[in-house]
Amino acid sequence: MNPTNCKYTKDHEWARIEGKIAIIGISEFASKQLGDVVFVDVPQVGTELVKGKTLGVVESVKTVSDIFAPLSGKVIERNAALEGEPAKVNEDPFGSGWMIKIELSDPGEVSDLMDVKEYEEHCAHSEH
Amino acid sequence: MANYLPNTPEEVKQMLATIGVPDIEELFREIPASMRLNRPLDLPEGLSEAETAQKLQDLSEQNFGADELSCFIGAGIYDHRIPLVLNHLLLRGDFFTAYTPYQAEIAQGTLQAIYEYQSLMCELTGMDIANASMYEGATAFAEAANMALVHTNRKKLVVLETVHPEYRAVTEGLVRHLGVDVVTLQVEDGVIDATRVAEAVDGNTAAVMLQYPNFFGCLEDVAAICAIAKKAGALSIVSTYPVALGILTPPGEFGADIVTGEGQSLGIPMGFGGPSLGFMAVRDPLMRKIPGRISGCTLDNRGQRGFVLTLQAREQHIRREKASSNICSNQALMALNATIYMALLGREGMREVASHSMQKAHHLKKELSKLTGVQIPFSAPFFNEFVIQVPNAAKVLKKLESEGILGGFLLETFYPRFKNHILVAVTEKRTIEEMDLYKHLLGGLSA
Amino acid sequence: MKILEPLLFELSVDGRRGYTLPKLDIPESDPADLLPATYIRKELKLPSISEIDCVRHFTRLSRLNYCVDVGFYPLGSCTMKYNPKINEDMARLPGFANLHPYQSEGTVQGALALMHFLEHAICEITGMDACTLQPAAGAHGELTGLMIIKAYHDRKRNKTKTKILIPDAGHGTNPASAALCGYQVVSLHTDARGGVDLNDLRAHLAPDVAGLMLTNPNTLGLFDENIEEIARLVHSVDGLLYYDGANLNAIMGWTRPGDMGFDVVHVNLHKTFSTPHGGGGPGSGPVGVKKHLAEFLPSPKVTFDGKKFKIVRKCKGSIGPVRSFLGSFGVLVRAWTYIVSLGGAGLKDVSSHAVLNANYMMRRLQKRYALPYDRHCKHEFVLSGKPFAEKGVKTLDIAKRLLDEGFHAPTIYFPLIVEEAIMIEPTETESKRTMDEFIEVMLRIADEAVNTPEKLKAAPIKTPVGRLDEATAARKPDLNYFKGRGSPPGNASV
Repeated sequence: MNPTNCKYTKDHEWARIEGKIAIIGISEFASKQLGDVVFVDVPQVGTELVKGKTLGVVESVKTVSDIFAPLSGKVIERNAALEGEPAKVNEDPFGSGWMIKIELSDPGEVSDLMDVKEYEEHCAHSEH
Repeated sequence: MANYLPNTPEEVKQMLATIGVPDIEELFREIPASMRLNRPLDLPEGLSEAETAQKLQDLSEQNFGADELSCFIGAGIYDHRIPLVLNHLLLRGDFFTAYTPYQAEIAQGTLQAIYEYQSLMCELTGMDIANASMYEGATAFAEAANMALVHTNRKKLVVLETVHPEYRAVTEGLVRHLGVDVVTLQVEDGVIDATRVAEAVDGNTAAVMLQYPNFFGCLEDVAAICAIAKKAGALSIVSTYPVALGILTPPGEFGADIVTGEGQSLGIPMGFGGPSLGFMAVRDPLMRKIPGRISGCTLDNRGQRGFVLTLQAREQHIRREKASSNICSNQALMALNATIYMALLGREGMREVASHSMQKAHHLKKELSKLTGVQIPFSAPFFNEFVIQVPNAAKVLKKLESEGILGGFLLETFYPRFKNHILVAVTEKRTIEEMDLYKHLLGGLSA
Repeated sequence: MKILEPLLFELSVDGRRGYTLPKLDIPESDPADLLPATYIRKELKLPSISEIDCVRHFTRLSRLNYCVDVGFYPLGSCTMKYNPKINEDMARLPGFANLHPYQSEGTVQGALALMHFLEHAICEITGMDACTLQPAAGAHGELTGLMIIKAYHDRKRNKTKTKILIPDAGHGTNPASAALCGYQVVSLHTDARGGVDLNDLRAHLAPDVAGLMLTNPNTLGLFDENIEEIARLVHSVDGLLYYDGANLNAIMGWTRPGDMGFDVVHVNLHKTFSTPHGGGGPGSGPVGVKKHLAEFLPSPKVTFDGKKFKIVRKCKGSIGPVRSFLGSFGVLVRAWTYIVSLGGAGLKDVSSHAVLNANYMMRRLQKRYALPYDRHCKHEFVLSGKPFAEKGVKTLDIAKRLLDEGFHAPTIYFPLIVEEAIMIEPTETESKRTMDEFIEVMLRIADEAVNTPEKLKAAPIKTPVGRLDEATAARKPDLNYFKGRGSPPGNASV
């Protein structure tokens, strides 16, 4: 189930907004498409992200996929646990499989993202 | 005409009937007439096995190799002894006619051998992770430069002139298109002083690139140079000669970040320079940046230990234009060759080959330095290769050749300022008689 | 944990030896007297193994492998033909195997002659004017070819050339090589007949196009009939046409890349010219070019003045060396032996039979497998395992089931544009009987996919190992015995 308190992109990233902070990860749909995630590469704390630009990559056994920044801002925390246990992205994509926290530079961008209903329609369309 | 096409005319007829075409020609009809080759290929007629073998034999006999001449040439390729057992194992069709081990269930032989190879190369070089092989020494070195540029996101390479000139040229050729500044430091006494490296390295330097033992056979201050690179946030890339590491401190212990090299010395015939074996080994943090195939240990669904190609997302067949390299085919069979060689020689044998080569080289250098007219230009410590200076070096080499000795490599081929300098290599294979003859002949020519 | 064969390190016993050197025949000296102490290694943890243990270890390992000498490899794009034994004998002739690359020209005339003959043969087969034998593999040939293309545009001081066009069906090495050469990669669509979508090509045609990389026949095994128009279009913006020779086995003696309008071509000696794959290499990827690009070929070059063969190191205009020395000479000897054996007419027969075999298999297999592009194929064809998806069967399962039947799997999931792709290339060296056996098994597997899909999911069961845990291998990499001890995570017993 896609949480209702998250916003989504068409590339299957999610962002949970808490004031000026956003927590970012990839959706369950994306983690299923990828299969067993084996490695997650996210930027160092302090990196400035630009909405829509590549922020890192997620690797599964047989494929690799770019992760795009859903919003602009500065990285303030990365999920260090993913280094040792990338499987968390498959097991709990919206919880312990989160990737980074950023401090938003333009909170207005949030309105560009999809809500859960729009996102689920988008997924249904991608799956055909 | 060879017997490689098994189907009989009758079978061909049956197959055409199944397809529903009158003849083979029909299957090529979509090739536009304007681009059809309307004549036979202009190549000689095919030959029987015996005739083919004779033709190749005749060609091979126009060459005079190290089986007939005593080889004192090194410069990257060395005439070491090769255990006879090796070829018997290597020629097993199960190894040499196998495909790349993508179907791990039916390729455990190759995959386990690669894992063993990786482990042996790590131990020999003092590194954490080795890949399954690169093409040869020069491309391995160049790919390491490329890796450093990507990893550091910097645009400058500091290269020591004491690196094999062909390796440097290949590296420059690879990075030429990427707007990279390549700074080459000139050799002094057979080596390059670390303080000069420190002057050249700055915050934009992606890597410091050196060779150990270097092209002149000398030993650089690897530890100091690696430390300089590290301090500047650059990577240190060391190209090495694996046989030498039987006795020399491994580059990894000196702090190298990437170790590459030419593995021909590990039981591979000189073969006019190829196919040989490129190798690359790195430290753990570069694990997902290293190019090429890697075999990893895991379990199968029956609880057995097994091996499988892993970290494949780095590779071109998955990442396409974002891959860490374009390498696909590597030198798997040559890596197996090196693995069998190291297994046969073992700890003691590897030490002995290195030790004998070094002792013989030092012996010959001492003997040659006694001759009138022979100068020894460099005083830096060396392994099994050294430089002599003699009048009319090109003529001297020619004369030695006519007496059955390949006397060395003329340095001015690549270093015009080193006129009449000869680079002499000595392996464990050279005998006291060959060295005495070398000294005797050179004494007559140089005086 | 069950172990099929111990690792070398697990076989090691201190004091054993597998090889003995002759006694040192000069007065012995202590390494410490020859080198400063800092250069002398303190520890070397290599294994110590007896000769017989070593022979058995590698023989037992070899028996865990599948290979051409054992059976059929229907691997699309890989041209896994028979590797003639005579090639190995010729490569090991002492006059070839024992040459040092820096010997004087006078002592290596036979070797240089062989290289000269092979260059000419490759030019004749591909319709090119000049050739280099340096590149060590197909991908290395691609890189070399692209560096030549770059040199051509640089010579014309054309700085606008930044893009290389590559069809979406192309080999992964194509975009990787172009990127390594500093080019931006633009992917072109495939049309309904399986060729380059001309409209898409026209849409991307601009002055910034440096070239287009193409295989023809392409990776679907189909000959692109529009090649003349493609060549005209690319040349109209001063782009160059690059031929990926991976599929040359389909057309020898019938047509030539040079006659199709290509400017640069690489060939894979380890595919078309029968040199063995060796478990992943060595390959060799000579590059041929048309006259207007000849000066850019890598140095050093082998030349012939009518009397003597020479090695020329300084070549004006050249992109310089792309590797050390002159090439993978031993592979060149094998390829030349093959060409001498077959001759010009024999090479054409090779392609005729490769294409005949592929069409025969395609027509029989399309009865149970989907055939996305239904036209005569060349040396290979692509099926789809999609019809079995509703039973939960993937192409991977079909591939694994084949292993239990004593066959290698076809190439799967490539090209990327065909869902659940199964790519089959029989090569000319397989007999009708071998192909029939394979076809029968494939048809039976199609039945199983419908009736007993669980049998496919469980496969393989007869191979030395079952399906491997690739996720753990990549998540917790054990790549080095000295760190991982060959004891994979999840294994409690060691």
